[in-house]
Amino acid sequence: MAKFRGAITVNEERCKGCNLCVAACPTGVLALQAREVNNRGYHYAYMANAEACIACMSCALVCPDACIEVYRVENK
Amino acid sequence: MSKDKVTLMKGNEALAMAAIRYGADGYFGYPITPQSEVLECLEAEMPWESTGMVVLQAESEVAAINMVYAGASCGKAVFTSTSSPGFSLMQEGMSYMAASEVPALVINVMRGGPGLGTIHPSQADYFQACKGGGHGDYHAIVLAPSSVQEMADFVGLGWDLAFKYRCVSLILADGLVGQMMEKVTLAEQRPRRTEQQIREQCPWAVNGRQGMRPKNIVTSLELDDDKMEANNLRFQATYRVIEANEQRAETVNVDGCDYLMVAFGSMARICMKAIEIAAERGIKVGLVRPITLWPFPVDKLRDAARSVKGILVPELSAGQMIEDVRLALDCVVPVVHYGRMGGNVPTPDEILNALTNSFPELQNSK
Amino acid sequence: MELNEIIRPENRIYAKPALLNEAHMHYCPGCSHGVVHKLVAEVIEEMGAAEYSIGISPVGCAVFAYNYIDIDWLEAAHGRATAMATAVKRLMPDKLVFTYQGDGDFAAIGTCESIHACNRGENIAIIFINNAIYGMTGGQMAPTTLLGQPTATCPYGRRADLNGYPLSITPLLSQLDGTCYVTRQSVHTPGAVRKTRAALKRAFENSIACRGTSVVEVVSTCNSGWKMAPERANEWMVEHMFEKYPLGDLKVNDK
Repeated sequence: MAKFRGAITVNEERCKGCNLCVAACPTGVLALQAREVNNRGYHYAYMANAEACIACMSCALVCPDACIEVYRVENK
Repeated sequence: MSKDKVTLMKGNEALAMAAIRYGADGYFGYPITPQSEVLECLEAEMPWESTGMVVLQAESEVAAINMVYAGASCGKAVFTSTSSPGFSLMQEGMSYMAASEVPALVINVMRGGPGLGTIHPSQADYFQACKGGGHGDYHAIVLAPSSVQEMADFVGLGWDLAFKYRCVSLILADGLVGQMMEKVTLAEQRPRRTEQQIREQCPWAVNGRQGMRPKNIVTSLELDDDKMEANNLRFQATYRVIEANEQRAETVNVDGCDYLMVAFGSMARICMKAIEIAAERGIKVGLVRPITLWPFPVDKLRDAARSVKGILVPELSAGQMIEDVRLALDCVVPVVHYGRMGGNVPTPDEILNALTNSFPELQNSK
Repeated sequence: MELNEIIRPENRIYAKPALLNEAHMHYCPGCSHGVVHKLVAEVIEEMGAAEYSIGISPVGCAVFAYNYIDIDWLEAAHGRATAMATAVKRLMPDKLVFTYQGDGDFAAIGTCESIHACNRGENIAIIFINNAIYGMTGGQMAPTTLLGQPTATCPYGRRADLNGYPLSITPLLSQLDGTCYVTRQSVHTPGAVRKTRAALKRAFENSIACRGTSVVEVVSTCNSGWKMAPERANEWMVEHMFEKYPLGDLKVNDK
């Protein structure tokens, strides 16, 4: 079991659906909304597989629009 | 150099010394004849040791004017000096400073053009200085010194006006005024403003968000058409106030004169002698010497020209200021140009001959 | 564990820096500019330098950087950012002064000012975004465009005989006595982002400590200009850009 359990939030209106966070995630947590779009028409990112998040921050680091907040708790 | 007495110096040196005395924060310039003494004098005086003033020889006039643009955006009293070819390179920066509404002082000690032209005196940058020069609708306040004392005095006047209106002041001298030596009395040394004083006087200045005040941005860019038009209307409103308040001219013997000469800078000095000789020959000639070329001293010129028979406009150019003279007078009086170019400077007799040749009724007074 | 037990303020380890404000950045999706903006804001925030930082924004895609990062800004004429930064830092030596410039601004129209500011050793930080294309004006050839790379003004690919060679300017700057820190980074992976962040912090500290000129080149993507999806643009950058513009420190002389 991973040392940390993580979760992220996405600022859906800031997100431009560039998919870089999806590509950067080592555990396949993220995906772009297939049908939903934000006010600017972008398919924004969301946690499709939340249980896999290890709070590594990779998605947030590469996000060009600073949409992602990362939360972390220790797995006990 | 003596600090408080009357001293003998070149016009270019007077510019430098006056700037230090004013409490200037910085000079950024590039050598070009006939004004290189400004930078040379500043480097020799080492004001960074006395007042803390920055002096930097830039890599080009383009860099120099953008250094001035930056310094002005910080609310600092900064200036540059150049001569005609360099002034052409600075036009972009002049336009940006006008659009950003920052106060700066720029000095052009004119030489003959076009092109590399000559290093000798000229007044052929009048259009460039007074009609905008760079792109877009804008003006700089243009001061035209005709003596070394005025070279010194207009440094302070230029900065005062620039800070008052948040615009660029331009000292438009020529190689003759820059190179000649005369007696000068310099103003008392003023301290440079502190950062806190600048923050109070120039709350728009880019100098860091002290106390986390809202951020300041100096930019000339506005892509919203209505906002950009509003910016332009604001600039124009400022120019109308400047036109109403800041016209300056010297008049000599204009009361009851029959003829008028209108000349600025070194040309006005030669005209002074010409009107003396004219008086000896019984011709009553007055002189209007515009001190501000923009705003053009329309009111004083109209007053002086009310009852004259003709006007001669001697310039070291093919005739540039003459257009403003004609516009100011709506062509109700004959206005004639006399000019020399290529660095040549006329004698007083030559100018008087131009006057008598221009107006047939004076032919027999030669 | 439920998500709402994890997503609590006390568990937050990463968030948008406050200095990067809420304004929607005009950059295309996936643009490297956004990452670098975020890092600039993060580092200034971490250093507590917002009260004495002054940025000079360029002409190019980053022309509106001043709208996004809440510090004082000057907007330069095209290519003149380092001349402006020179004056700002000399007139106010206690400030953190940096320029943020693209390849056209820094290495074409502004080459003279760029080289001379570095050669004088102005105590400024230069952030140089090299994406090998002119983004804002619509994808024209940049000084750094690679041989064979198509752009709007070399539509069949850059040719040395017609267009000259791509200009690798940072190695040149590293040879100047005035530079104290010259490095080339990128922001295409989490690790690269961390390294760029450290480089920016070092450059900013050098400006404050007046150690000379620091240049941080960020080899970047322009997925719109390159006409690639953001992920593909990252791959293309690794495959093609890094050969001409290899990552790493070019000069470290800032101690």
